[in-house]
Amino acid sequence: MALNPEHDLHKRRFGQNVGVGLALLAFVAVVFGLTLAKVGATGPTEAFDHVARPALIPQEGQ
Amino acid sequence: MTDASVNTEVQSGDAGFGDYVSLLKPRVMSLVVFTAFVGMMVAPGAVHPMVGFASILFIALGGGASGALNMWWDADIDQRMRRTRTRAIPSGRVRADEARAIGLALAGISVVMLALASNFVAAGLLAFTIFFYVVIYTMWLKRWTPQNIVIGGAAGAFPPMIGWAVVTGNVSLESVLMFALIFMWTPPHFWALALFMKSDYADAGVPMLNVTHGRRTTRRHILGYTLILAPLAIATGFSGIGGPVYLATAIVLNLMFLRGAIAIWRRDDAAADADNYAVERSFFRLSLYYLFLHFGALLIDASLVRLGLEIW
Repeated sequence: MALNPEHDLHKRRFGQNVGVGLALLAFVAVVFGLTLAKVGATGPTEAFDHVARPALIPQEGQ
Repeated sequence: MTDASVNTEVQSGDAGFGDYVSLLKPRVMSLVVFTAFVGMMVAPGAVHPMVGFASILFIALGGGASGALNMWWDADIDQRMRRTRTRAIPSGRVRADEARAIGLALAGISVVMLALASNFVAAGLLAFTIFFYVVIYTMWLKRWTPQNIVIGGAAGAFPPMIGWAVVTGNVSLESVLMFALIFMWTPPHFWALALFMKSDYADAGVPMLNVTHGRRTTRRHILGYTLILAPLAIATGFSGIGGPVYLATAIVLNLMFLRGAIAIWRRDDAAADADNYAVERSFFRLSLYYLFLHFGALLIDASLVRLGLEIW
């Protein structure tokens, strides 16, 4: 007889944990995918980096 | 912690992951996913595929939440019915309060996430659907009136409307027609089931029409609803979402459905007992294909339009 026989209960609890873990991972993936889709739909963005944004600098001839 | 302190007794709450998934009624969920997807595809306009995928997922999750809350509330009925006795709660694998917690949590998550993924109209419709199914149908009407199926059917009819709202942000005639199709289909579908599962509903004390008003009345009602359903289903073919494939499908299926309903109406229980409810069973089977094929045809017509293969 094995010293630490795995009880059926442990198997089921392990299954539960794996299931919940995978569900949470899938949720994170969906939220990440949604973020990419939503941000992508707003067009190109320019972040403030302590210099004037190129789009704001008047170009010659304008 | 040592091994000695681990409680290895099998407890009622120690279910497998699959038992929790079964609370969400995956088979009902598949219908929700399919009809919501069709609602989204036939709507004018388009959404980002990721937004579409996430929306369907959260609509399905909302449907699953309703299923879990329904199982929590109806555990006593499920215990008494042969068909539902092996479900996770009546069989003791999942505790009722666990189902309630999962249902409430998923309901909140699904509505909030649908609002973030699409828009507030779709999320509002989903919230109303969950409320309608759990409170109006499960808690109130199911045990109170033999018209439970009719009004409860509305909850199952909302998904294509929500799918439509995900794309358009509103409710329109076409989405109401899709709603009406499922709404009017539900009573004949369930009453046919109730005719050949008679003792189950009676044992559980659920006031199904065949228990309260007799089986003759149920047969009449099946025909009555089918008579309203058929013109409605065919008329949808002439709306903005209809097309030749849908119209042809609707005409054939509704003629078959009408023929089945008339056969049920003309029979009495002696004849039904003699052939073990063959007509009622085949009508019930047809009703499953009926809904699937109607929505499948809508999807084909919408796909043809998107591919530029519009016939009319």
